[in-house]
Amino acid sequence: MVSPVLFWVVALLTVIPSLALLFARKAVHIAMSIVLVMVGLAAAYVGLGAPFLGVVQIVVYTGAVMMLFLFVLMLVGVDQRENLKETIKGQRWIAFFTAGGLAVLLIAVIGRVTIAPADEVVGDPEAIALVLFDRYVLVMEVLGMLLITAAIGALVMTHTPRLLPRKTQAELHAARVLAGADPVNKPMPGVFARHNALDVPALDPDGNPIEHSVSRVLEVRDQMSDGAEFRERLDSTANPEDHQRPHHAPSRESDQRAPRASEEDGK
Amino acid sequence: MNAMAFVYLAAILFSIGSAAVLLRRNAIVAFMGVELMLNAANLALVAFSRLHGQLDGQIMAFFVMVVAAAEVVVGLAIIIAVFRARQTISLDEPAELKG
Repeated sequence: MVSPVLFWVVALLTVIPSLALLFARKAVHIAMSIVLVMVGLAAAYVGLGAPFLGVVQIVVYTGAVMMLFLFVLMLVGVDQRENLKETIKGQRWIAFFTAGGLAVLLIAVIGRVTIAPADEVVGDPEAIALVLFDRYVLVMEVLGMLLITAAIGALVMTHTPRLLPRKTQAELHAARVLAGADPVNKPMPGVFARHNALDVPALDPDGNPIEHSVSRVLEVRDQMSDGAEFRERLDSTANPEDHQRPHHAPSRESDQRAPRASEEDGK
Repeated sequence: MNAMAFVYLAAILFSIGSAAVLLRRNAIVAFMGVELMLNAANLALVAFSRLHGQLDGQIMAFFVMVVAAAEVVVGLAIIIAVFRARQTISLDEPAELKG
């Protein structure tokens, strides 16, 4: 005899989440509720005297199969919208009636069945192994072949042949130079010895700012600095010593354009 | 309570799974419906094993699990191949089979 409490717990734990298969919108929610169904079925197996199958159910279904489902779900994109427009008119009702009719038919047939009461058996791993490797050993071998075939089939199915030969590093480099890229690394942002923050463009040898030396992210966020505030600070804190110097080194103009003039004067 | 109750439960789960296969357009969800139907059959097999007092039903359920695992691998590979070819996994989309 099976305890009624177990049956009703299993029934609620399997039927209610499996209804998500019909009514839930998001595929991830459906997958997680099916995981719940699998756990409920494992409990039912243990209650029905099949502890080995109960453990296998958890390991294979919740552990491997449903995680594989979730993995593929993430791979093809969770936000795959299911369009709810019916291509066949009234398909929804046809489906509901067909499934309901199937349920009624199955339950009616099951209701007429009588089975003579028999002794209880417990399918612990030892008992299962004795049957599996004795009477069903040939089936086991065939299943091994089936699994190998399935693995190779999956490999073949998801394999995409390479259309062009793989490019070597030298070819990649030649293509990059042809396209007009920098032959060397991009310059680092920041002005040497003056302001080396990341938000200020570097200066090229002529003293012009190199715009692309600043990270594009800062540019998009509008966080680039043109150095105005530092220039202002330099001007306002006019150091008396500055005036005594032959050329007060970093002048406002030297920051931006024509930088060398004053220095060359000094020399 | 008789183990027959679990056979009724299996019938209900099988019907829900078949309704999902008929109803849903998302290939992965329809595939989960197939899995639910396989599991319902497994539950019926285990219940019959209990009713008859023999282990053969459990062995059959074990075989069904192995076949289901192989089937999931191939089925999901097909879904990925279809997704690569046409960027969708809707079951309505491949309408080229129409005569």
